[in-house]
Amino acid sequence: MTLPALPRRLLLGTALGASLGASLGAAAPHAARAQGAAQLLNVSYDPTREFYRAFNAAFAGQWKARTGQTVRANASHGGSGRQARAVIDGLQADVVTLALAYDIDAIAERGLIAPDWQKRLPYNSAPYTSTIVFLVRKGNPKALRDWGDLARPGVSVITPNPKTSGGARWNYLAGWAWALRQPGGERAAQDYLATLFRNVPVLDTGARGSTTSFVQRGQGDVLLAWENEAYLALAEFGTDKFDIVHPSLSILAEPPVAVVDRNVDRRGTRALAEAYLQALYAPEGQALAARHHYRPRDEAALAAAGDRFPRLELVTIDDPALGGWRRAQATHFNDGGLFDRIYQPGQ
Amino acid sequence: MTPSTTEPRGLRWLLILLAALLLGVFLLLPLAAVFTEALRRGWPPMWQALSDPDALAAIRLTLLVAAIAVPVNTLGGLAGAWCIARYRFPGRALLLALIELPFSVSPVVSGLVWVLLFGAHGWFGPWLEARGLQIIFAVPGLVLATLFVTFPFVARTLVPLMQEQGREAEEAAATLGASGWQSFRRVTLPGIRWALLSGVLLCNARAMGEFGAVSVVSGHIRGETNTMPLHVEILYNEYQFVGAFAVAALLALLALVTLGAKALVERGTARGAAA
Repeated sequence: MTLPALPRRLLLGTALGASLGASLGAAAPHAARAQGAAQLLNVSYDPTREFYRAFNAAFAGQWKARTGQTVRANASHGGSGRQARAVIDGLQADVVTLALAYDIDAIAERGLIAPDWQKRLPYNSAPYTSTIVFLVRKGNPKALRDWGDLARPGVSVITPNPKTSGGARWNYLAGWAWALRQPGGERAAQDYLATLFRNVPVLDTGARGSTTSFVQRGQGDVLLAWENEAYLALAEFGTDKFDIVHPSLSILAEPPVAVVDRNVDRRGTRALAEAYLQALYAPEGQALAARHHYRPRDEAALAAAGDRFPRLELVTIDDPALGGWRRAQATHFNDGGLFDRIYQPGQ
Repeated sequence: MTPSTTEPRGLRWLLILLAALLLGVFLLLPLAAVFTEALRRGWPPMWQALSDPDALAAIRLTLLVAAIAVPVNTLGGLAGAWCIARYRFPGRALLLALIELPFSVSPVVSGLVWVLLFGAHGWFGPWLEARGLQIIFAVPGLVLATLFVTFPFVARTLVPLMQEQGREAEEAAATLGASGWQSFRRVTLPGIRWALLSGVLLCNARAMGEFGAVSVVSGHIRGETNTMPLHVEILYNEYQFVGAFAVAALLALLALVTLGAKALVERGTARGAAA
C-alpha cells in the first residue's frame, strides 16, 4: 500500500504550517496586552452597546488626561438577567450597568455588591432613563397617536414576548398603566390588553428581534420600543422611513449602575471603577447619553437635546398602580398570571 | 451490463432532481446569501469590517483556540482509538460511549458543565479564586469548551478503520524487532493517516465554528473573549449587517477550505486503497 508522495507531503506540510501560523499569530496580541495599561470591564445589557462604545473611548481620554494612565475599558453585552448571572458565576466585572435594579440586587444578594448600592450614587444610581414610545411607518398612515389606537381593528402591533423579554414587560406595563387611567377600571384595562395583544401577529423573544422584524422585514404598523432603540433605528435606517410617536403617558425606566465591590477590591480597580460611574453623571457623560438617545438627568443636557425628549407623563414601576417589580411580575407575568389569561397564540 | 436499479427512469430523475433541489435550497442558497450580503456594498466596507480591531481579535482568538484544541484532540483521539481498536479490556464499551458523549450532549450543557466546575460558585471556584486564576469567562474556558465539543471527531474516524485493520501487521513488526515507536511510525501511521487527517480537519472545522458551548463560557467581552461566531452575532444585533456577514463569510470560507482539504484527503484514501 504505497501512497503518492507529493500530496502527502503537501498536506502534512499545509496542516503543520497552518497550525504553526495560527499559534504564532495568536500569541502576538497577548504579549501586547500584558503591558501596564489598566483594564476595566463594564458588564452591561443589550441596547447600551453603541452608547458604551462611545463612552468608553471618551472615558479613556479623560482618565489619561487626569492621571496619565492608559485605561482600556471593555464592555460585555447580553440580556440583563443573563449578564447578572455571569457576574455571579465569576465574570470579572468592575462595574455593572444593567436594565433593572432587580438584576443588580441578585448580584448583591451573593455578597459581591454592598446591599445599599442603590444609595451610593444620585438618582437611585440611574444616571440616565428611557421610556416606551411607538415607532410607526413614515407619515403615520394608521394615525396611531396614543395607546387606545393600538387596540383598533386592523392595526398590527410588534412587541416581543413579555415572558422572555424584559423590554416587553415595560411595553406591556406602560399600556396597562395608561389603561388604568381610562374609565372602567381594572376590568376595562384587562379587556384593553387582550384586544391589544390580539393585534400582535407574532411575539419575538427579544427586543432586538422585534426591531429587526419591524424595521428589516417590514412587519406590522407599529413597534413598541425603547425610546433609545427607536431613535437608533431611525438613525440606522433613515428618518425617511419611520416616525416616532410619543403617547400621552408612558413608563419611566431607570437602568441602574453599580461598582462590583468584591471584584474591584481584589483587582485594585476601585478608584478607576468609581471614577467611571461618576463620569456618567458628569456633563460630558450626560451629553453622550443624550446623543445615544437616553434621557439625561442633567437639565442642561436635556435642554441641549432640543425636542427629541418631549415631556410626557411618566409613571415609574413603583407607582401604586404597578406596585414594584415583584408585584408586577407575580400579577402579570408568572405562569397563570394576567398575561397568560389574555393572550392566546394564533387567534 | 445490467441496470443496477429496477426503478423506472422517470422516477430516478425525479429523485435526483429532488435531491439537487434540496441541496440547492438548504445548502447552496444560504451560503450564497452570506457572500452576497457581505459584498452588498462592495469590497471596502467588508474589508473595513474585517480589519476592525475587535474583529481581528476575534479571528486571532478563534485561531488560537483551534490551534490548541485540534492538536490536543488529535493526540487524545489517537490514543483513545488505539486503546479501543487494539485491546480488549473491561470498560472498553464504556470508553467508546464516553468518547461519543459530546455528540449527544447539547452544546449549552457542554458549556454549562465548565461553569459548574470552575465558575465562582462551582466545585473548584473558591480554590481558583483564592489563587487569582480565571478559567471561565477567559481563554482557558473557551479552550476547555471547544476541547469537549470537538473531542469525538478524531477518535470516531479512526476506530472503525483501526478495528478493520487488526493488529497482525504490528505483531509482525514486533517479532521483527521494531520498537513501539518504530512500529507506530512505520506500520500504524501509514495505514491510518488519511483517516486521521480527515478527522483532524473535521475537528478543526467544528473548533472554529462552535457557538453554543463557547457562548456560555465566553462572557462576551469585546476584543477579549469573543470568538468569530460570537462576533458575528454581536455585529448582527448591532445592525452592522455588512460586518456580520463579512465575518460570517470569512468563517464560511475557512470551513470551505477545510472541507476542500478533506475531499482531497478522501481522494487520497481511495487511491491509497486501490494501490
